[in-house]
Amino acid sequence: MKAAPFDYIRPDTLDDACACLASHPDARIIAGGQSLVPMLAMRLARPSLVIDIAHIDGLSAIRDDGDALVIGTMVRQAAALSDPLIATHLPLLAKALTHVGHPPTRSRGTVGGSLVHADPSAEIPLVAVALGACLRMRDSDGDIDFDAADFFIGPMLTLIPPTACLYEIRFPKPNAAYVGTGFHEIATRRSDYALAAAGAHIEADAHGRVQDIRLAIGGVSDFPQRLPIDLPTDLATDLATSKTSLAAAIDTALDTVDFVEDMHASASYRRRVVAELAGRAISDALNEITAGLA
Amino acid sequence: MSDKKYKFLSQPRRVVEDRRFVVGKGRYIADYDHADMAHVALLACHLPAATIDDIDTSAALAMPGVIDVVTGAELAAAIGPLMNGLDTPNVRRYPLAVGQVRYAGEWVCAVIAESRAVAEDAAEKIRLQTTALPFVLDSEQALQEDSPPVHPDHQSNVLLDKQFVWGPVDDDFAKADHQLSFSVVWGRNSTVPIETFGVVAEWNVWEQILDIRASVQMPKYADQIARALGLAGNQVRVHYDIDVGGSYGVKRGIKHAVLTGYLARKLHRPVRLIEDRLENMRAGDAHGPERKFDISVAFDQDGTVRSMKMRALDNAGAYAGRAPFQLGKPIGAIVGPYRIGSVAYQAISVTTNKAVQEAVRGFGQAPTNYAIETAIDRVAAYLQMDRLALRQHNLIRADEFPYLIPSGSTYDSGDYHQVIDKVLAAAEYPKLVARCAELRNSGMMAGIGIAACLEPSGGNSSFEPLLNENNQTTTWMESCQINIDALGTVIARIHTTSSGQGHETLVSTVIGEVLEIEPDSIRVTRPNSLESLPGNSPVGSRMAIMLGGAAARAAEKLKHKIITIAAHQLQCDAATLRYQGGTTYAADGRSFSWDDVVELAHRQAHGLPDGMDPGLASFDIMQVPTGGALPKDDKVQMYPCYSFEFHLVLVAFDPVIGKPEIHAYTIGHDCGTVINPAIVSGMTYGGIAHGIGAALLEEFAYDESGQLMTQSFLDYLMPSSHEVPDIQLVKHCTPSPHTVFGQKGSGESGYLGAPAAISSAINHAVSGMDIHFNSLPIRMSVISDAIANANRSDK
Amino acid sequence: MNITLDINGKATTASIEPRLTLLDFLRDVAGLKGTHAGCEHGVCGACTVLLDGDAVRSCLVLAAQAEGSQITTIEAVDGADRQPGELSIIQDAFCETHGLQCGYCTPGMVLAAKTLLQHTAAPSREDVREAISGNICRCTGYVQIVDAIMLAAERLQGRNQPADGA
Repeated sequence: MKAAPFDYIRPDTLDDACACLASHPDARIIAGGQSLVPMLAMRLARPSLVIDIAHIDGLSAIRDDGDALVIGTMVRQAAALSDPLIATHLPLLAKALTHVGHPPTRSRGTVGGSLVHADPSAEIPLVAVALGACLRMRDSDGDIDFDAADFFIGPMLTLIPPTACLYEIRFPKPNAAYVGTGFHEIATRRSDYALAAAGAHIEADAHGRVQDIRLAIGGVSDFPQRLPIDLPTDLATDLATSKTSLAAAIDTALDTVDFVEDMHASASYRRRVVAELAGRAISDALNEITAGLA
Repeated sequence: MSDKKYKFLSQPRRVVEDRRFVVGKGRYIADYDHADMAHVALLACHLPAATIDDIDTSAALAMPGVIDVVTGAELAAAIGPLMNGLDTPNVRRYPLAVGQVRYAGEWVCAVIAESRAVAEDAAEKIRLQTTALPFVLDSEQALQEDSPPVHPDHQSNVLLDKQFVWGPVDDDFAKADHQLSFSVVWGRNSTVPIETFGVVAEWNVWEQILDIRASVQMPKYADQIARALGLAGNQVRVHYDIDVGGSYGVKRGIKHAVLTGYLARKLHRPVRLIEDRLENMRAGDAHGPERKFDISVAFDQDGTVRSMKMRALDNAGAYAGRAPFQLGKPIGAIVGPYRIGSVAYQAISVTTNKAVQEAVRGFGQAPTNYAIETAIDRVAAYLQMDRLALRQHNLIRADEFPYLIPSGSTYDSGDYHQVIDKVLAAAEYPKLVARCAELRNSGMMAGIGIAACLEPSGGNSSFEPLLNENNQTTTWMESCQINIDALGTVIARIHTTSSGQGHETLVSTVIGEVLEIEPDSIRVTRPNSLESLPGNSPVGSRMAIMLGGAAARAAEKLKHKIITIAAHQLQCDAATLRYQGGTTYAADGRSFSWDDVVELAHRQAHGLPDGMDPGLASFDIMQVPTGGALPKDDKVQMYPCYSFEFHLVLVAFDPVIGKPEIHAYTIGHDCGTVINPAIVSGMTYGGIAHGIGAALLEEFAYDESGQLMTQSFLDYLMPSSHEVPDIQLVKHCTPSPHTVFGQKGSGESGYLGAPAAISSAINHAVSGMDIHFNSLPIRMSVISDAIANANRSDK
Repeated sequence: MNITLDINGKATTASIEPRLTLLDFLRDVAGLKGTHAGCEHGVCGACTVLLDGDAVRSCLVLAAQAEGSQITTIEAVDGADRQPGELSIIQDAFCETHGLQCGYCTPGMVLAAKTLLQHTAAPSREDVREAISGNICRCTGYVQIVDAIMLAAERLQGRNQPADGA
């Protein structure tokens, strides 16, 4: 399984990378390589040029930008997993990262790479969708922003223009008194592609009233998606009796989803399990808020 | 336990091979470098069935670095077809497809280039023109007369269809109180080693020798290569000192060796073929059994199982290979560990347009044990009898050994009831039952799985003449040579490759035990096939018995010579002497040392008994115990020794998520006298891991258009450290009367019973819901869907 | 293209095709055969090496990407202070518990163990299982591998060594 031949270039700046992309329409960016290299080995990807962005300054930083936490595209998953800013401001991402691959793939794989690869069962795209991240990329004409909610359009398919390079991901920093999160995933073996995954991020005010519920699911269809659900705002204090209405709300929302069927799991399984996981994710998030209130 | 106390045997000792592996100094085939090596890549066709109309290799040949491109047509004109164990001369197999593609992924061309990467580049440039043909994937369909024959000249898809009736089956069914019938399916999986198959072939035209180095586990490898290439036996030299990175049966590598051997002779360069993972999964000829069992059992109200009818239909894939014989070996343990009086067994092997099966660990015994154990569980459920009690009622008792089963094999020894008692005690069975209840009360589904299974060991291919009258093979030998050199150090020679079984440790321990010298002082070497005595590879769980046996007997011959020399020098009757730790002692206290004997044997012919040859060397070629007879009336002794294992497992899963988690696993294991405990326990845990894979995770799944969906490790899921729990191993020893130390085999332990046990647990968990999981692997999705459907229909 | 890789403290320069993986560079250019190819698509872990001290799958790294990093393979896993023929504590523990059979996955396992024990001095069996969960073994069923790494942890704690020795 040797890759088809390609040229390799290591640009110093983002603009140089964009210039390469502009002049080589079938070039591919390599960040961590954990998704791209297997595709090269199986000859499913056959770029004429591979552009290594690992050494471009400024792509590996995580910074607090006031109302957003900005993660550079080259930030390694392992670094994100242990980062205090992410732990503080993006607890859902921190939870999801523990499910991403294995330690050896996390030392190389990047946050940006996972987003652009857009595997339907990948955790980072799910979190980006849940939290409404903004994906900022650049091509030779300048910067382009994409809302994560619109970015993923199919399995391994995104809106990224062929000549653009993702360079940072801007996650809105929550501004609420209380934030609770929950992330659950089911795979055949731990760290396999998720058959179903759900991430919940809930913000509550100082009295524990829910201000914002963000629920996203992944692994069950062609791309991760928000699941809009209607929940009463005093949910946090009335969890026991609202379990049924929560399940009902989730069930209704799932009617809009196109569930995938493959050799590993049926569509009915994915639906049943993601409903269960969504319920658990929301429960976890509400429990965190309740614990914070206590 | 054995009442003998051994100095080295059964003692905790390090495995000597481990040293070179932990530092990365194994000698695997991909490590073998030769300056002039040419590299092979294969071009596959991805239609399940098609005629090959044209192959245009011109663009590939024109690429720089490409040496040659070879097609099946060229091979078929130059070499003979690969050996076939059954009488199916019109099912011909060559290393490359000839005239027709018979499964998606079949190798059509071999590209030889200066590097593997260039060979792959060139393979993409080959233009293949084909015409699709009808194809068949399902084994029941392949049995139908109107199914498209995979080999038109054979005119049907049936490779084998043989019915055996041992004992008064119809009578026993008529007389029994009850009967029940069911079907189970063992899905297509395999043992998939982490190292793929690889071979390097070199042709020395000056000495007329074909050197073969390969990651191989194949009896009579050199013979088969010679035959296919039209060479004399002594023109093929297989090197056994290549470390094999796991095999568990599958690395037969015959098409690879014949292909590279042919290429080496044609191109006059060493040729290397290392399968990449895609080549291996799709077309390595290393898939395992895919078997449907239809079973009926006749039993009485008191739980006595009187008779069994079993139809075993196996999907061999596109060529015959060795796979059909995997229906024959289980005949040697067809009643499992039970006292079942009569059996009817129909063995059917069909060709389909799927990849080719090869021998897999257990050679068909694991699927058969799964079928038998499911039958026992079903009988228990029918009678509402405890599954343990039913087994204990039907198990052959310790005082009944040696025990002759209806199909003609005699089980040598065992004490199944004691092993079970030990397991129940070690697992604290009442607590296990309580934990199961607790888990159920907490909302989980939970079940206890039980499996009592035999591991026939010793390797004796009497299934060959049993399934094919024209095959009269009754010899299954192994050999060992020992030399004590002029400095008094011991060198032993074994004639096989090893794939992690610790044969060097096994042999040095056995020889050390007999000669009473430190095993680590014995060097074990592996001469090549031209320098070797006959052997049959580590298959059929045979090496403890056969290699251990040959080594022990060769060592005994040396010990005898040593004592005879000492007796001559001490002027005593040999019978009055005592041999201890290498020194021979007379009754009056005089002694003759090891070094003294060596000196005499090597340098002082005048001091030797009259007529005695100098030197201290011996060899032994050992026939398999109890072997050597042809079948009679469809009955034959299969393997000589029978190891026993009893699995007790607690499995639980959330009814919605359906993911089975193993909460507790105890295995009782009796393989007679153990030569090295760590080797045996390691084999057992590894076998259980393979079994967990077969039960829950692994399948070579094909879609309706004949494409293999599980072509890589992204979809073929093998147990990681999270899927295999800590396992409690309980040991027992009923020595075999047939072997020097009472040792039996354990190369397949754990694997032969784990799938049955896990299936038993999951079915036990859902037993209140009238759900049966009848096919392996049992996927999470299937479990969850079945429970959801059952709940819905309850409402 | 020409690249220079720092492998086990030694610089190796070669002219290579960009498509060459680090795994193939190590084996075919640097001649270090202890790192093994099992799947070439990043699942089995047999190709594990240390890149700047972290365990990575060398089949998923292009050789060119590894320029500028320190690569450690099984051949030099415990530094220059070991004598020829002397096993490291981790390697010796694998021999003690027979945490291997065919040896093919073993270099990857030893390196995964090393990475774990660098960060976690007293792991639980569950910690060990997590650390080796990316390394597939088909021979052992993992039990004796976990035993080996637990034993190594115990022995490493019992020795009075500086933090970077083993």
